[in-house]
Amino acid sequence: MDTTTVNSNFKSEEYFINMGPQHPATHGVLRLLLTIDGEIIKKVEPDLGYIHRSIEKMCERDSYQQIVHLTDRMDYLSSHINNEAVCLTVENALELEVPERVKVIRTIIGELTRIASHCLWWGVMGMDVGALTTYFYGFRDREMVNDIFEETCGARLTMNYNIPGGLMYDIHPNFIQRTKDFVAHFKTKIPEYDKLLTGNVIFQKRMKGVGILSKEDAISFGASGPVGRGSGYSCDVRKHHPYSALNKVTFNESLKTAGDSLARYEVRIMEMWESLSIIEQLIDNIPEGDYKVTTKAVIKLPKGEYYQKVEAARGELGVYVISTGTKNPYRLKFRSPGFSNISLLNHIAVGGKIGDLVASMATLDIVVPDIDR
Amino acid sequence: MNISLGITKTIHDWLFSVMPEGLASITEMVLIAAVYLAVFAVFGLYLVLLERKVAAWFQLRMGPNRVGFKGLLQTLADALKLVSKELTGTEKADKFLYNLAPYFVIISALMALAVFPFTQEFQAFDINIGIFFLIAISSIGVIGILLGGWSSNNKFALIGAMRSGVQTISYELSIGLSLLTMVLITGSLQLSEIVEVQKNGWLIVQGHIPAIIAFMIYMIAGTAETNRAPFDMVEAESELGAGFHTEYSGMKFAYFFLAEFINMFIISAIATTVFFGAWLSPFGITESIPWLGVFWFLGKVFVIVFLMMWFRWTFPRLRIDQLLTLEWKYLLPINLVNIVVMAFIVWQNLIIQL
Amino acid sequence: MSYFSNIYNGIKSLLTGMGVTGKVFLNARKGTITQQYPENRETLKMFDRFRGEVVMPHDKENEHRCTGCQKCEIACPNGSIEIVWDRVVNPETGKKKKEIDKFVYHLGLCTMCSLCIEACPTDAIVWAQNYENSVYDRSYLTKVLNQPESKLMDGVED
Repeated sequence: MDTTTVNSNFKSEEYFINMGPQHPATHGVLRLLLTIDGEIIKKVEPDLGYIHRSIEKMCERDSYQQIVHLTDRMDYLSSHINNEAVCLTVENALELEVPERVKVIRTIIGELTRIASHCLWWGVMGMDVGALTTYFYGFRDREMVNDIFEETCGARLTMNYNIPGGLMYDIHPNFIQRTKDFVAHFKTKIPEYDKLLTGNVIFQKRMKGVGILSKEDAISFGASGPVGRGSGYSCDVRKHHPYSALNKVTFNESLKTAGDSLARYEVRIMEMWESLSIIEQLIDNIPEGDYKVTTKAVIKLPKGEYYQKVEAARGELGVYVISTGTKNPYRLKFRSPGFSNISLLNHIAVGGKIGDLVASMATLDIVVPDIDR
Repeated sequence: MNISLGITKTIHDWLFSVMPEGLASITEMVLIAAVYLAVFAVFGLYLVLLERKVAAWFQLRMGPNRVGFKGLLQTLADALKLVSKELTGTEKADKFLYNLAPYFVIISALMALAVFPFTQEFQAFDINIGIFFLIAISSIGVIGILLGGWSSNNKFALIGAMRSGVQTISYELSIGLSLLTMVLITGSLQLSEIVEVQKNGWLIVQGHIPAIIAFMIYMIAGTAETNRAPFDMVEAESELGAGFHTEYSGMKFAYFFLAEFINMFIISAIATTVFFGAWLSPFGITESIPWLGVFWFLGKVFVIVFLMMWFRWTFPRLRIDQLLTLEWKYLLPINLVNIVVMAFIVWQNLIIQL
Repeated sequence: MSYFSNIYNGIKSLLTGMGVTGKVFLNARKGTITQQYPENRETLKMFDRFRGEVVMPHDKENEHRCTGCQKCEIACPNGSIEIVWDRVVNPETGKKKKEIDKFVYHLGLCTMCSLCIEACPTDAIVWAQNYENSVYDRSYLTKVLNQPESKLMDGVED
């Protein structure tokens, strides 16, 4: 203190504050080390690892059928899409052609998962900016999707419906009707979302021009999913590398160029519409056929390296497998969207207020188990 | 005579007959204070229950329905739990200020209750500077919040307290100015006289356009005064955990909590008195039964309380700089212009008299 | 001028938002999504594919379909299933045959992934739809699925 010269009577000092691991805004056990000057954020350091369960290491121990169920526990809000990623990797490695029916069902359930995930995100988004009621409205609609999953897959969250070579069971007879009901219901609810939150002047002020991420930064930080697309970075895996039945449907990639929190928010709302349209295109055209192709009881991938990426609800999920020809992978790496997106936090939150940090973090849509794995 | 006055008059006469005058007045004051304290503590608890029920109905839920008939005893059970809880605190807290803070908040909230005219006769304390007294008292509460946040030795609490200071000081202005607009019509600060003026139509009708603008400003500023959403920067659950009362537990926390709800009642009661004619019934339909005034008063208060709850469960929270922008760039200039308009209306006698 | 239009649009957007919640408030009675859980136990039916816990159905002669092939034990990622078995001489044919002694199922380790049930060649184990699995002691979560004195059903071969 002796060496610094005091120029004014009101000298402000930066201070340090621990946000989390038990904090309502961090959506789980994420710890943020904040350096703050008054209300202004000077530095954000995310501290990870509080629920690291070494899923990648466990995968080296497990057979390829068993790996699938571990991916449920990564990004639990898009568990079906995670399952699909692993199954696609294994199927590609085995050069196994799954029936069309499987592809279509996988795509429909994948899009339903995306909607369910975005519903929850929307509710939590509202809660993070202080509108507590949105949470329940988001959950009301999410429950319908969960019921569809429960009826067909047997579980609401960690479904483990995919197996290498197809699906665990065929869809439930009620599945198609329930899905149609949900689509009809949800089409009336998204405008309600817009009225309640999107159009709200306070919300607009909170989101517009806050947490700006340029396209260049989005690419160099490895942002993907709605976070990247909010900055105008066309990174939809479904569009650029279509998998399953996604090459049979037409949909628009939701893109916004503003790069602020509002753009990321709007991209997700647009994605819900797009997902609905994908479901509508496929739901009446589920081809007849088998729901799986029988694989060997012990799957051994040929020696080599395999990579498959899919568009999870939060962005690009990559599965990278090195096989030595045995029944377990030699090494398995998940490229999870949350991990890349959280690295942006310091970049977009610095210079904002504490409230901006919370709002920007909500638009990144963090799921901590996805970050820690 | 009517029922309510009958009882109070009997007690008053009896007290003065058995005691010397000075002692009797003191006893009477203590009695009234005790009654107010008891009534409004329970009243505050039921406001909490109402808030939880209303919140549930806004959110597709049922709300508390397990304790007592339809959950009517829920908040009493909660209060019982809070009383029996251990009072914790941080190690290096400034113990004296830390313990003092909740009392500041709750006492300032209860003091303001003294002046409200529930009916023509049922008013504990009718001073000639009623409105001024209310404004002055309601701004004391923030000192308690500042003390609590400062002395907790917790950075989240400190941020909450500082936000509270900024917020309350700013919005005091709007509250004062919007009430001043109405005082231009009444020409008096005394609450009983303000009610008297409204016998020719509630002030919001008498003052028409500027009165409605003043009411809207008052509602915004009043919500901010009580630190409720969308102005709950002080607590800001998703940002600061629990804000200034992060470190409080048990009964001390309950004081803060209760004070918030009593403050909400006070803000609504001021609005009722100044804009909606206090205990006066619409078009004087129950003028012949004066004690019904209590129900009119409470009914109007509850409508405004409900409005504040509706705000809370609909809107997102503002950011601290937007909060100040709203006050200094929007409410204050509009308010000042509004006063001039009102002055003009009063001068030209454009008031609507029913 | 934008100053005033800002105020107008702002207030309009706020009222629209209040309209949405207000509509829900007015329909509070029929719109409620709360389920009164312990009271609705009687009516609360799980979907028939719901994964509650693994059970082994027995018929009325106290016979099950488990041959003790241990495919479920291999398929299980978490070691939730342990099969204690022995080779027993069949008195009629005189051949040695595998027979289960105990089918131990650790519900506390189970992740409900359904791989064991997929792996079972004889459909000896199925999902039960019960949803109240909490107990007061961890040891209760270890269950023996085959009933005492139970036998393998005739004609079941893997």
